[in-house]
Amino acid sequence: MAKHLLGLENFTKAELVNYLDNAEGFVEVSSREIKKVPSLRGKTIVNLFLEPSTRTRTSFEIAAKRLSADTINISGSDSSVNKGENLLDTTQTLEALAASVLVLRHRESGAHRFLATHLKNTSIVNAGDGTHEHPTQGLIDCLTLRQIYGDRFYGGLTIAIVGDVLHSRVARSNIFAHRLLGNKIRLVGPPTLLPDYYVEKSAFDYPNLTVHHSLKDGIEGVDAIIALRMQLERQDGFFVPSLKEYSKNFCLTENIIKATCPKAVLLHPGPVNRGVEVASDVAYGTRSYVNRQVTIGIAVRMAVLFLLTSGTKEKLTTVNES
Amino acid sequence: MKILIKDGLLIDPSTNREEICDLSIHGNRIESIRKKGGFESEKFDTTIDADGLWVVPGLIDLHVHFREPGFEKKETVESGSKASVLGGYTTVCCMPNTVPVNDTAIVTSYILEKSREINLARVLPIGAVSKGSLGKELAPLTELREAGCIAFSDDGEPIYDSGLMRRALEWCKMLGAVISCHEEDKCLTRGGAMNESPVSARLGLPGMPTVAEDVMVARDIELARYTKCRVHICHVSTARSLELIRRAKYDGIDITCEVTPHHLHLTDEDVGEYDTKSKMSPPLRSEEDVIALREGLREGTIDAIASDHAPHDHDTKCVEFCKASFGIIGLQTNLPLILDFVRDRTISAMRAIDILSTGPAKVFGINGGTLKEGALADIAILDPDKEWIFGSDQIVSKSKNSPFIGKSMKGVAEHVIVDGSIKVSDGALYAEKIKR
Repeated sequence: MAKHLLGLENFTKAELVNYLDNAEGFVEVSSREIKKVPSLRGKTIVNLFLEPSTRTRTSFEIAAKRLSADTINISGSDSSVNKGENLLDTTQTLEALAASVLVLRHRESGAHRFLATHLKNTSIVNAGDGTHEHPTQGLIDCLTLRQIYGDRFYGGLTIAIVGDVLHSRVARSNIFAHRLLGNKIRLVGPPTLLPDYYVEKSAFDYPNLTVHHSLKDGIEGVDAIIALRMQLERQDGFFVPSLKEYSKNFCLTENIIKATCPKAVLLHPGPVNRGVEVASDVAYGTRSYVNRQVTIGIAVRMAVLFLLTSGTKEKLTTVNES
Repeated sequence: MKILIKDGLLIDPSTNREEICDLSIHGNRIESIRKKGGFESEKFDTTIDADGLWVVPGLIDLHVHFREPGFEKKETVESGSKASVLGGYTTVCCMPNTVPVNDTAIVTSYILEKSREINLARVLPIGAVSKGSLGKELAPLTELREAGCIAFSDDGEPIYDSGLMRRALEWCKMLGAVISCHEEDKCLTRGGAMNESPVSARLGLPGMPTVAEDVMVARDIELARYTKCRVHICHVSTARSLELIRRAKYDGIDITCEVTPHHLHLTDEDVGEYDTKSKMSPPLRSEEDVIALREGLREGTIDAIASDHAPHDHDTKCVEFCKASFGIIGLQTNLPLILDFVRDRTISAMRAIDILSTGPAKVFGINGGTLKEGALADIAILDPDKEWIFGSDQIVSKSKNSPFIGKSMKGVAEHVIVDGSIKVSDGALYAEKIKR
């Protein structure tokens, strides 16, 4: 049976650490003069991105190529989904074409879980499902923080996730990861994009998760801030009166960070809306790890592709077997 | 044809009678009821031994979708009628959201004609309130009523125009018909796929908040108060809506409501990992809502159980969660799911039959829901304790979209009589049985 990476929700801590350790190894590969290893020679990896994406798709493609896999990119406008074919049929066609791994981004939450129940030979990697999970981004954020904080990464951190939590798959994957690690999670955003019921047990079942509607209170004393991208179209659903209104309340400026959590590092999944969720000087300033995340991203995706296709090098217990 | 039903426990909420009696049917009427052994069985064409069984007025469902005309691959009047009688139902009311919408006498007559041809359950069409259920102009309500519509509804398409709703209520009152309301402010549910709750937070699914239902219930209560017309609230799913209805009843407002078995049994946690068989509108709610609905069942605010039997074929359910159609089938599982509440002593057997038959008859003014002498012989004979597994091979609907597939059920309709003729015998369709 094919192994999948559907999300971080059902990970064990050992699995998470195993992914991060493997990714660390591939960081080393990425620093070599010749960045290519033959691990995935003969494997075909299909990047099916049914939502616009540049950085994630490119990152996956580079990762696959560094592992010597053959890669094929299909975007929404090229795919048969555009001709009215349903997602399951498209996916099963790709399976019949002997794709080893299907890296899929899809606008519907749960799409990958649904597909995984129908695929036997092709591994699915979730490159973002609707407003649910973005597990590789979660892993990137984890590895970035582990590299910065060392042992404190294992339960000693307080992390603020700031912005449109309601619609953020990055937020959810980070919540699931840091819940496993025991880090304190502060969710920060306006009540329209961060309902109070997020703290309830039946949501994330994590007592170290709190909800804050004030930026100052939310980031007070935190070690790291994960800023979320503010989608430009959110004002259509009345979630914010305007982007200007949003940034008046939640834009991460150097002044506010200096006053509340001077030592905090900043992470952002990109692309950054400068001046909306993060001020320009912060986005690429000294506390920013945004570019570092992009570099680590390739290593993380190499690790994911490697672990799903090459089996159990380092005693991987269960990678969401299905 | 003369039929004798002997030794059964008669449960008739319309007369508050619960005792072991014999009942005779002559033609399409209940002829008389006598003490056990009061009839000579030789004088009857057929005798049904109901020893250990319940003899109750045939069940009535105020809310089904038979998809005909327009979506015959999902369900037809024929397949839906089979599911009805096998589930113990003698009368079902089908919603007008077909293609074309049942907003003309032609569509109404078509459904009634089909139903007569199939000759199983009584299928009573519900007419659209507005043309095309678009909420812009009133449908020809008198024409529809005269053609045989039992009630009116724009089910699935809430009536936002309060002015149209008001005039519709007034017109329907003149016609002696009720408006049945699917309460949902779609400005609040926009794009939603499940209950807005901590569970939707975890799954990252767009939510349908309870308040979307509550605001519309509140409005329609006020319209009912102002116009002194009756409003029937479909598939109540929230604690707050139920509370609003309870208070409205206390205030003397003419309002009734129905609830589905799935909203009494399942919570939003049953959406599990994006299980489209648990996707319906209104969505499965929180545990607090379920507890409140059960309390409404117990203390009497709920007038009727309705299935909202909504068949959807495999292709429209075997897709991503947000894309999947809303709705599940229910006709074959309503009875055991409600009898569960008799077994756990939430309600009495009498109350169960009331909400499954007599209550719904009263809500729409349907001829039925009673075992009085002289009444129509629409009767269900139930084995309340028989255990069975609800397998997909038992589903006679054309669609198999139920979250209860594979679940153990207790209680079944052994025999069903509609209009004095046997439709179900020993738990199987009578017509197919005698063919064998």
